[in-house]
Amino acid sequence: MSTSPTTPAQPAPMAEQGALRKALASTPRPPRPSAVSAALTFGWRGMLKVKHVPEQLLDVTITPVMFVVMFTYIFGGAIAGSTGEYLDYILPGILVMSVLFTTVYSGVALNTDLTKGVVDRFRSLPIWRSAPLVGSLLGDSVRYLVGGTVIIVLGLILGYRPGAGIVGVLAALGLVIVFAFGLSWVFMTIGLVLRSPSAVLNAGFMGIFPLTFLSNVFVKPETLPSGLEAFVNVNPISVLATASRGLMEGTASAEDIAIVLGTAAVLTAVFAPLTTRLYRSR
Amino acid sequence: MTTHSPLAVEATGLVKSFGEVRAVDGVDLAVRSGTVYGVLGPNGAGKTTTIRMLATLLRPDGGSARVLGHDIVSEGEAVRGLVSLTGQLASVDEDLTGNENLILLGRLLGLKRPAAKARAAELLEAFGIAEASGRLVKNYSGGMRRRLDVAASIVVTPQLMFLDEPTTGLDPRSRNQVWDIIRALVAEGTTILLCTQYLDEADQLADRIAVIDQGKVIAEGTAGQLKASVGSGALHVRLLDPDQRPEAERVLGRELDGVHLEPDPASLSAPCADADRAAEAVAELSRAGVSIADFSLGQPSLDEVFLALTGRPADEVPSQQPAATREEQTA
Repeated sequence: MSTSPTTPAQPAPMAEQGALRKALASTPRPPRPSAVSAALTFGWRGMLKVKHVPEQLLDVTITPVMFVVMFTYIFGGAIAGSTGEYLDYILPGILVMSVLFTTVYSGVALNTDLTKGVVDRFRSLPIWRSAPLVGSLLGDSVRYLVGGTVIIVLGLILGYRPGAGIVGVLAALGLVIVFAFGLSWVFMTIGLVLRSPSAVLNAGFMGIFPLTFLSNVFVKPETLPSGLEAFVNVNPISVLATASRGLMEGTASAEDIAIVLGTAAVLTAVFAPLTTRLYRSR
Repeated sequence: MTTHSPLAVEATGLVKSFGEVRAVDGVDLAVRSGTVYGVLGPNGAGKTTTIRMLATLLRPDGGSARVLGHDIVSEGEAVRGLVSLTGQLASVDEDLTGNENLILLGRLLGLKRPAAKARAAELLEAFGIAEASGRLVKNYSGGMRRRLDVAASIVVTPQLMFLDEPTTGLDPRSRNQVWDIIRALVAEGTTILLCTQYLDEADQLADRIAVIDQGKVIAEGTAGQLKASVGSGALHVRLLDPDQRPEAERVLGRELDGVHLEPDPASLSAPCADADRAAEAVAELSRAGVSIADFSLGQPSLDEVFLALTGRPADEVPSQQPAATREEQTA
């Protein structure tokens, strides 16, 4: 086989040579895009994926619906005496839970991306280094918004009547999304450290699942053993749930809101640079 | 800081280790602007790792390199602004359409939305994928995906293009299409650093070739120089009956040094510069009762170059259509 002659290339049948030459002719390089523009472009990429694979939205729509219906009608009577009363308590809680569960998928999606060659191209572009990550979180935020809206609409159908009206509901939704944005960085870091998407998914839920149940999302902390109650009261997810309830009812304390925003800021400040560095070096 | 060096890539003693493995072990490269430079080696030789360091995706553990006059470590941003990378795994987003991929890259390179759209349409047309522009890339054929991949690398014309095994896994027709695109790019003045494990690809496209093995450059030069370095030629003999090869090897071994058994069980070859000695050797075979199907005296192929340089064939991987390989990326 070493004697086989090398075949001369035939003329390209796929395109007219003229068109090819014109397309290859050197074009002046535009100035590099701003950080915001690059991040928004990556956000657009996230949206396109939802457009092509709308099933992606199933996990943020179906699961929360199941949770609301199941918890309200199965546990409502036992926990709060009536389903209507429990719905008032649990709806903001389930809003928190379902959006936070979705944040795990940010890490899973990032890990999936890494197994493909396209990340190498992104990393070889002259753009703001965090743009692919911030952009994908912007895209994910839209998913959080969709999931949160589904819960609220379902709650309204089932008879939930927020005391603070639409403004309160929107404020609560906004707060949850801001917190989710901060928490997503943690799962993005995990997504860069672990080897496979399923490992990220497992590790993520091993963390977020107990943290969510060891909060005041489902039950009032007073009903718990005292050691557990102490933990539940300092769990940031409890604070977030309390703040969301408060915003929806118009009774939110500024302190709770400040703690939620502060936690999101700290998570971002620690994990965003870490994620960016890992993304560069991986 | 741009020095107007005629060298697009200037690497000295590049080293990269992954754990115990020294994937790249002191690589020197000098690539002249406006040429195609081939980096040739088998899987795992360190080609991809070298390219990833030069494209600033990996930080070298040792040595230094300048790409288009910029240091790859301290001026990575400037390097990224001038080069483009077509990775070994197709570097396009499979979950988007071809059109969306090119618009995405155009936007990320700083084109305004209308300009990005126009450029995408122009490239899709020129590369013969206009009809598939609205389909998801995961449904593309291997050849279409590769062409889109190359198109994605020139949305904004790079000064230097890294091409990592651009034809691995392609059928011959698609391979020729990619080769034509590469030739056209060079004609427009783009410098190309081409990694390949196909000897004929380097021979076809590259002005100069570095042969790399186990993280080291073991030979460098034009295809002609590399061939000359293993002797000016070789006698190739193909037998009618493969069972006679041991006998043929013995007879040829008496006449010529360095008899080599080819992968084809009926073929063998030996370095030989002199037509008279070759004729003598063939006559000896005939006298010994070995039936010859054909024989030739020719320039050594790059396969033989590799064998002469490393003592083993390059084709521990098959040289035509191996499955897509991850190479040392996973190391």
